[in-house]
Amino acid sequence: MESIAQREADIIEEFSFFDDWMDKYEHLIALGKEMPALEEPLKIESNQIKGCQSQVWLHATMEEGKIRFEADADAIITRGMIALLLRPVQGQNPIEIAEYEFGFLEPLGLTAHLSPTRANGLLSMVKQIRLYGVAFQAIRG
Amino acid sequence: MNLSVIRSHFPILRREVHGLPLVYLDNAATTQKPQAVIDALVDYYGGYNSNVHRGVHQLSQEATDAFEKVRQQLKGHLNAAHSHEIIFTKGTTDSINLVAHGFRDLLSAGDEILVTQLEHHSNLVPWQILAQYSGATLRYVSMDGHGALNMKDFHAKLSTKTKILAFNHISNALGTINPVKEMAAAARAMGATVVVDGAQALPHSAVDVQDLDVDFYAGSAHKMYGPTGIGMLYGKTSWLEKLPPYQGGGEMIAEVAMDKSSYAGLPHKFEAGTPNIAGVIGWGAAIQWMHSVGMDQIEAHEQELLVYGTALLESIPGVKIYGKAPKKAAVLSFNVAGLHPYDVGTLLDQMGIAVRTGQHCTQPIMDEFGIPGTIRASLAAYTSKEELDALARALEKAIALLS
Repeated sequence: MESIAQREADIIEEFSFFDDWMDKYEHLIALGKEMPALEEPLKIESNQIKGCQSQVWLHATMEEGKIRFEADADAIITRGMIALLLRPVQGQNPIEIAEYEFGFLEPLGLTAHLSPTRANGLLSMVKQIRLYGVAFQAIRG
Repeated sequence: MNLSVIRSHFPILRREVHGLPLVYLDNAATTQKPQAVIDALVDYYGGYNSNVHRGVHQLSQEATDAFEKVRQQLKGHLNAAHSHEIIFTKGTTDSINLVAHGFRDLLSAGDEILVTQLEHHSNLVPWQILAQYSGATLRYVSMDGHGALNMKDFHAKLSTKTKILAFNHISNALGTINPVKEMAAAARAMGATVVVDGAQALPHSAVDVQDLDVDFYAGSAHKMYGPTGIGMLYGKTSWLEKLPPYQGGGEMIAEVAMDKSSYAGLPHKFEAGTPNIAGVIGWGAAIQWMHSVGMDQIEAHEQELLVYGTALLESIPGVKIYGKAPKKAAVLSFNVAGLHPYDVGTLLDQMGIAVRTGQHCTQPIMDEFGIPGTIRASLAAYTSKEELDALARALEKAIALLS
């Protein structure tokens, strides 16, 4: 399986083809539309991350020592961001996820989406992803 | 004064965002500041910075004079009967909390506080806290589908049990202008105290508190071209004398002994601690600036743009404007069919357009419409038709990208 670093490099290369913000956002919107929806029974309050601007749902399970994330949001750009944020961490070991910094957003020029002023639920989702890493690591012992 | 002159007074309007000229349409959140306000702040800190009402020295005298001059200015601007009826606070929220806190021991179970569904959370939560504390019941006046208050419901819910009627002059989320004078008269007839959140009204038109005949009227400087962190509470003398102090400290006392103090007279009784002196002085410059343009001109200009902007946005397929009360301030709250306001707002920002998206601190309104929020373009004295055209073009582009 690809490491977090390899996947980050892939994403950065994928975005390097875009010349302007429109291309970048068109891609983000496409990612948002492609991402499978979270099953309705999983769209429960305990999985919900309330943002003032958009709502995010995050669900995580452990399979054979690897974490599997499923998520959703009500806004498409937020969904696109989720698809992007989950790519490096999907199916990785809990210990790697617990300390992961999502540094690839910086070269992509998308860090603003994690700003607290956006209140879109993404910053809380990133924290929640790391917490799942910590929790599943603890279970594994 | 023509628009290009007005715009030239605002240095921030010359900047770019994401490489494009800034189109600032978030004026209901805060307005930009004219150079005169920025200069007043610099002049104060650079020329006569000093604490007020304390020193015998020259600087303190100059600062106190400038500070108190603004109280006089506000008295005139609002047509208050006395300058001591103007209490400086941190802002509208602080003003409403001052009143709500003052009523803690004046209400009891069986009493009612009447608010409306149109309220900003700042004119809702303080009353919820007061209700919880005192045992009084909080009741709501509903709104109709256009975002106007349901006056039948208002008259039905208003009774002699109503001790406080609290509502906004203009809705921040929808722009609805409420019939303050009519509502205040009806409330007074029932013996209720009338508290008006004027944050969104003061920037757009002249307000006469004696003509409206309200007991309290709250406002913020930063929504009317002045600095942040400063606002005021107008209160009728009889009420301000009756209410207990909100906070204790320096400046608000007459005599202090170890066991008990007596309080200073109005307005100082409600102004504990060193006030936001620079903010007050900057606010004075802002009011002066508004008068130099003319309150009537500001109102007429904004109303013209509101008509223009409404027609423009409605010409774009899928756009629905929320809040179409017959009397309305220059706020365009809208959504695009099938699109999330956050997505639209994010793309508009990329095109240099500053709008607010979300619930605008008015969750009850959004719940009523059954929407997650709106995109809100709020206008000011310096807004131009070209900026509304830019909004419309950017909106069409955003819709194309998202569809």
